[in-house]
Amino acid sequence: MNLKEFDWKPLALVPLLAVIVFPFVGSTSTWLTLTIAGLAMGMIVFIIASGLTLVFGLMDVLNFGHGVFIALGAFVATSVLGAMGDYTASASLWRNMLAVLPAMVVAMLVAGAIGLAFERFIVRPVYGNHLKQILITMGGMIIGEELIKVIWGPLQIPLPLPEGMRGTLLLGDAVVEKYRLVAVVVGAIVFAVLLWTLTRTKIGLLIRAGVQDREMVESLGYRIRVLFVGVFAVGSALAGLGGVMWGLYQQSVIPQMGAQVNVLIFIVLIIGGLGSTTGALVGALLVGLMANYTGFLVPKAALFSNILLMMAILLWRPQGVYALSK
Amino acid sequence: MNLLTLQGVHTHIGAYHILHGVDLAVPRGQLTMLLGRNGAGKTTTLRTIMGLWRASAGRIAFGGEDITRDATPQIAGRGIAYVPESMGIFADLTVKENMLLAARGARHARQMDEKRLQWIFSLFPAVEKFWNHPAGKLSGGQKQMLAVARAIVEPRELLIVDEPSKGLAPAIINNMIDAFAQLKASGVTILLVEQNINFARRLGDTVAVMDNGVVVHAGSMQALAENEELQHELLGLAL
Amino acid sequence: MILNRLLSNDWPRSRVLGAILVLLLLALAFQPFLIPGIKALNVAAKILVFIVLVASFDLLLGYTGIVSFAHTMFFGIGAYGVAVASARMGPGWGAIALGTLVALALSFALALAIGLFSLRVRAIFFSMITLAFAAAFQTLASQLSDLTGGEDGLTFKMPEVLSPGFTLSETPFLGLTIDGRILCYYLLFATCVVLFLALLRIVNSPFGRVLQAIRENEFRAEAIGYRVVVYRTISSILSALFATLAGAMLAIWLRYNGPDTTLSFEIMLDVLLIVVIGGMGTIYGAAIGAGLFLVAQSYLQDLLRLASGAVAGLPWLAALLSPDRWLLWLGLLFVLSVYYFPTGVVGRLRALRARAATSSPSPAAAAPAASPPTKSMQGDYVENN
Repeated sequence: MNLKEFDWKPLALVPLLAVIVFPFVGSTSTWLTLTIAGLAMGMIVFIIASGLTLVFGLMDVLNFGHGVFIALGAFVATSVLGAMGDYTASASLWRNMLAVLPAMVVAMLVAGAIGLAFERFIVRPVYGNHLKQILITMGGMIIGEELIKVIWGPLQIPLPLPEGMRGTLLLGDAVVEKYRLVAVVVGAIVFAVLLWTLTRTKIGLLIRAGVQDREMVESLGYRIRVLFVGVFAVGSALAGLGGVMWGLYQQSVIPQMGAQVNVLIFIVLIIGGLGSTTGALVGALLVGLMANYTGFLVPKAALFSNILLMMAILLWRPQGVYALSK
Repeated sequence: MNLLTLQGVHTHIGAYHILHGVDLAVPRGQLTMLLGRNGAGKTTTLRTIMGLWRASAGRIAFGGEDITRDATPQIAGRGIAYVPESMGIFADLTVKENMLLAARGARHARQMDEKRLQWIFSLFPAVEKFWNHPAGKLSGGQKQMLAVARAIVEPRELLIVDEPSKGLAPAIINNMIDAFAQLKASGVTILLVEQNINFARRLGDTVAVMDNGVVVHAGSMQALAENEELQHELLGLAL
Repeated sequence: MILNRLLSNDWPRSRVLGAILVLLLLALAFQPFLIPGIKALNVAAKILVFIVLVASFDLLLGYTGIVSFAHTMFFGIGAYGVAVASARMGPGWGAIALGTLVALALSFALALAIGLFSLRVRAIFFSMITLAFAAAFQTLASQLSDLTGGEDGLTFKMPEVLSPGFTLSETPFLGLTIDGRILCYYLLFATCVVLFLALLRIVNSPFGRVLQAIRENEFRAEAIGYRVVVYRTISSILSALFATLAGAMLAIWLRYNGPDTTLSFEIMLDVLLIVVIGGMGTIYGAAIGAGLFLVAQSYLQDLLRLASGAVAGLPWLAALLSPDRWLLWLGLLFVLSVYYFPTGVVGRLRALRARAATSSPSPAAAAPAASPPTKSMQGDYVENN
């Protein structure tokens, strides 16, 4: 991709927001804490949203049930981490990772597998019909949420952070939670891997082309349906990973968490533009920052502030910041 | 020997019956022109061949094999390249990426056939000039060239092209005709939908004329060119 | 004929359907006399409210083709209007009237804004935005506790005539003592019938025809000369106003309103379920669907309780059949309806009638097919009237 041609403006919104808010916050250390918290939350939201934006962009499928994979991943993590108590109790970060990494992997595998089933039985019969997709994927999410309640019970389950990830670091005057830094790192890794796959591999090329013109990709001889299923599974797996991280961020999981995060994801996708990974990143970071800044400055307006942000972006670019030319 | 044959092909789009039994034969190694008024069903025929629309009746055979029920990727995989009316250029991808996509055998740009690329560059210099630029930045004519270039980046048995000269300036059209002449010389079978008379006159070997969803006349281009009365009757113009 | 004008020339067009509708009407009209007990009365009242709520949603979804998740927002505004007014001003007809009027005005303004905003964004974005809006509104309602009573909601009284303590006369009428509750029920019944017929009139008017044209082919409608945005906005506003009235009805009945009573996502899902099962784009579907759904919802849990007890030996099965998991089965029913029953009960009944009449193949959609490789026009989800 030619760097000169790259549209920097949306990406610049993220530091812009941070800078604008600074005078309202007052102290540098608080601002730093809030900003890192916002970026961490944003990264987790990005992990979840990245899968959905590709599914929508590539397959033109409106999956209103994406939240079920978030919840699934989080609950699977409770089981896995619950079984590895001696690893999570240890103060060593490396021993913690020996528990957390498997939890992430298992969550991703389970979510990906359910994603395959979801695509096959819920989504595939309604390709091409947006209304049916909305209805059916919502139905799928309800069913999934209820099944989670059957397996894990309907109540909130705590998901405590492993010992080694608790606590804070001091960056100058600012207090930063260790886990938030972990989240930012994981999110950055996911973004890097996604971007590399999309720009440097043929499969990524196929996905990017398919997002613009599915028919033409098929006419060039590629079985894009198979690619669809793969992307859907990967998207679900990413949602599962996001669910694990979200659960650890909140230190608890409830079956309704999928539906709750769903709304945020939609806002992110609308801001970012459907089908754009970079857009999802921008949207997610903006949403994360906004939620944390308003949570500090005007707590009651947290969700509304994100809606206002979304409206403002739509007035500027009605298709999202990185809308694809179709 | 016919490379591609259509027999009694009907196509419905929703409630609309577009093709009413198309019979078409595309001889190997020749350039077949598909002519006809707007709305005659030419584009629908091409799309049906490619499997983008499913034939509701009839038979389509390629190289002797029945491809009527095949899916589009399978049909393309048999060695058919399709250049649609809308060109199908991926605007957000670079010219290089567009070409790489079409090169099924290559996983990276450097795996594409260098000699072949040089030949393509000689036919369509704009492709080389804008190699690393987003394809959306190209002008209409350049996009059209890219669309054709993409179709030939790897050797294919059959080229199906839908109105490559539409909206192009006359000078560019001549370039396009030269390119097709070279392609023909290299032995590729071509099925071409075109309204431009020069194309027909200079390149056409066989011709089929469509009207109202059926082929009303098929024969050699020479025969049609010599018969002014027939030309008027079918197309309302003089070749 | 009077009946013709009353129904705005929109007949059920199926004998079975007509019979069911008449039964429903009679059942609702005479419910207090038929089945004693407060639970049955509550279910019946809820059906009346939901008929209006879902029918107004059908106007938006089935006739105009707009998917909006903000419908519960207007429902809540109506309920809160009556609630806040009655709580603040004290019980009385004045409070009800004022609360309803303010709510209608607010809904009008919001629906207008939403309608105009939809001009700028794609349909998909629009649906997602309404979802976000509804969520935000629910949060707002629970946060503005000074006004709305917050999470706990507002409890308030109704005018004396409508309260349970009031009795019309000591002597029972047809075995039933007519108290304020019954009077309240009949107030709701009358309102429901009037609003339902009004909606029928709207969708069968020239305005309604244009809406359907827009739903079928927006581009062509615009090309013919209809300003699509204007029609869509008016439809959004009408739909919102009716939903607001439904909210007012609910508040009058429950004498309580909280964020979860009217604004919750579950209610939005219920509305979607009802409109799909009943049949989109029919208005009658809302009535049938509401009746079926709410009766099932109330009594399904009892059914599940029985079933769960019966298989107590197999813990997994018992957990699946637990009455708390009724939503699971409803969700399954919903998914199956969307596949196999896309035109809903009304559509299916009408198709059967049509098939019997003309012995031509039924136009109702059959089993789900794998997606064809064509980009051709998809089979219509909504039954064409």
